[in-house]
Amino acid sequence: MSATAPAVPIDPPDTSPLVTARGLTFHRGDRAIFQDVNLDIRRGGITAIMGPSGAGKTTLLRLIGGQLRPTAGRVEVDGACVHELGRRELYQLRKRMSMLFQSGALFTDLSVFDNVAFPLREHTRLPETLIRTLVLMKLEAVGLRGARDLMPSELSGGMARRAALARAIALDPMMILYDEPFSGQDPITMGVLIKLIRTLNDALGLTSIIVSHDVKETASIADYIYLISDGLIVDHGPPEALEHSSSAWVEQFLHALPDGPMSFHYPALPYAQDLLLARERTGD
Amino acid sequence: MGTLKKLELAVGIFVALGLAAFFMLAMKVSNIADLGEDKGYKITARFENVGGLKVRAPVTMGGVRIGRVVGIDLDPRSYEAVVILSIEPKYDRLPTDSSASILTSGVLGEQYVGLEPGGMDEYLKSGGSLKLTQSALVLEKLIGRMLTNAASGDKPPAKTP
Amino acid sequence: MIDGLRRLGRSTLRWFNRLGRATLFLLRLLGALAALGKRPGLIVKQLYSLGVLSLPIIAMSGLFVGMVLGLQGYANLVDFGATSSLGTVVALSLVRELGPVLAALLYAARAGSALTAEIGLMKATEQLAAMQMMAVDPFARVFAPRFVAGVIAMPLLAGIFTAIGILGGYFVAVQQLGVDSGAFWSQMQAAVRLVDDVINGVVVKSAVFGWVANWIAVFEGYDAIPTSEGISLATTRTVVNTALVVLALDFMLTAIFFGV
Ligand SMILES: Nc1ncnc2c1ncn2[C@@H]1O[C@H](COP(=O)(O)OP(=O)(O)OP(=O)(O)O)[C@@H](O)[C@H]1O
Ligand SMILES: [Mg+2]
Repeated sequence: MSATAPAVPIDPPDTSPLVTARGLTFHRGDRAIFQDVNLDIRRGGITAIMGPSGAGKTTLLRLIGGQLRPTAGRVEVDGACVHELGRRELYQLRKRMSMLFQSGALFTDLSVFDNVAFPLREHTRLPETLIRTLVLMKLEAVGLRGARDLMPSELSGGMARRAALARAIALDPMMILYDEPFSGQDPITMGVLIKLIRTLNDALGLTSIIVSHDVKETASIADYIYLISDGLIVDHGPPEALEHSSSAWVEQFLHALPDGPMSFHYPALPYAQDLLLARERTGD
Repeated sequence: MGTLKKLELAVGIFVALGLAAFFMLAMKVSNIADLGEDKGYKITARFENVGGLKVRAPVTMGGVRIGRVVGIDLDPRSYEAVVILSIEPKYDRLPTDSSASILTSGVLGEQYVGLEPGGMDEYLKSGGSLKLTQSALVLEKLIGRMLTNAASGDKPPAKTP
Repeated sequence: MIDGLRRLGRSTLRWFNRLGRATLFLLRLLGALAALGKRPGLIVKQLYSLGVLSLPIIAMSGLFVGMVLGLQGYANLVDFGATSSLGTVVALSLVRELGPVLAALLYAARAGSALTAEIGLMKATEQLAAMQMMAVDPFARVFAPRFVAGVIAMPLLAGIFTAIGILGGYFVAVQQLGVDSGAFWSQMQAAVRLVDDVINGVVVKSAVFGWVANWIAVFEGYDAIPTSEGISLATTRTVVNTALVVLALDFMLTAIFFGV
């Protein structure tokens, strides 16, 4: 099934972006995670969203998936404003996109096989033999066909991620959101995954969004990159363009330099002052 | 699929056990026959005083339960209590001169109607009535009588319930 | 003083807020029931983990409670020469009160807590979020089957507890203490009424308890803070709140059914 070309002839290519965010603002309590963010995700491409830990990458994916509601602004997927949809329409939309969670989020009471079969059994009425064929095909693609009878607790972190990927592609979605697909993978698996994401994207005519801080790997497959930090989009463009960016921030992030404008710390008092405070409290 | 079968079997056994428990509670612990249509024939007995007798109390003869009380009413003219007894149809040979008394099971137990068979060859039919009755023993009255008897030097009546 | 009042006000508000959320949760849960008709398999699986796996503790406890009732009842009745009423005493206490109440408390400790922990953990490990992203409603797929299975299991467990308890009382009274077997059963049968005692006692009470026990358990899991500490707190709350609500409701139902 995954080998079939997109049914629609590509004659008049749909050039409108699949996902657009306009004026997107999101608060957690008083803290603004995003402030007036605009971005476009091109159809058929792989778009990477990169930024330091805690920048709000996972939050952005959840906004796109309609699990969180923006404080202001709009997020549109395929022309529909995600947070204005009713539950039925939202679920209809979600059937066409899938998300690979940072933790994998496999169902712990189901075997690997049943996890991959889960979306098929929930949303289709396919006979069990066909489901078996499809599941084995997806598991073969991620190299876990032999692990189909294991329970999630018996998998390593990397295997769990791949099993979750197999589950994410089970329904042949139009778009996949990857949350940190590379972290916790050995170099070989990482290479396999990179190839896998690229192949899946091109063969199935998917649109992929990758959230990651693995700069080198992500840059190697992304068609377009957004860099976010402190609730703002710092820079965006194709990888080659960013490579030559004049911004010191981009320079620091892409080349993983320890010194630069970006701080590795959560906002806090100056260190010395904090230590002094602690001393005063203990009364030494 | 093997584990699924086993699981279904276990759940089936569980549900069956639960239903069996309710079956036991209905048949053996309580009396489901109470709920069914009353097929017994009715006879009446008039008492001066029924004490704490309640509707549904058992009617026994020789210690065997043969029916139950289905109604208690007061005759507004004679001021007698009219107790309607429903007797199971298989006990259809109760002599017409049988007597009824209101008894108590144990010292603090519930009250019930005990029948003593008479000697006549005629039997009670539906709608018949018992002529010989003995009222319930009312503890307060008994004590009061004992006290007055003791005061006047008489012996208390040697009656036992 | 002012501070104390303010704190009281705050916790009262928080309490009502939780009650409101729990009510909304129950409404959504009931709304998801219709979809369940097509998936009886989901309920069967939960009947296993909530009902079958609770059987051992329910059966054992029922047996011991019944035996204790037999002993205590005998010790009290023997002074009045009324040991033939032992069956009545054992059966009425179990059917009206101890059966449904103790079964519900045991259920909360054994199955309710597990239910809360399981759902809380599914939340913490993003399984519920993943399910939503797969366009599968956790209310229909996770919460409703558990709730329904629990509501079905509770009266069955209470019935089993009561029946085994009466058998335990019979064992002690008749086999050990020499009460007459015929008297034990016939006195019981004469005194215990099907509708007033068995239906109102075991059936209605345990059905009500089943609703609240499972409502609390599923809601606490859903509402848990998704950390290990949050889940452990939620689990404790399930057991404590269920116990309190069951006992309070028991008082009200007893007043309605058996009060004067
Ligand atoms: N449930 C929540 N409640 C309050 N704040 C939250 C919550 N989840 C996330 N945050 C905050 O939102 C910010 C963004 O979180 P998010 O998970 O999106 O980061 P991220 O970019 O995915 O980080 P990482 O790369 O480490 O996964 C974090 O600073 C975090 O403190
Ligand atoms: Mg993240």
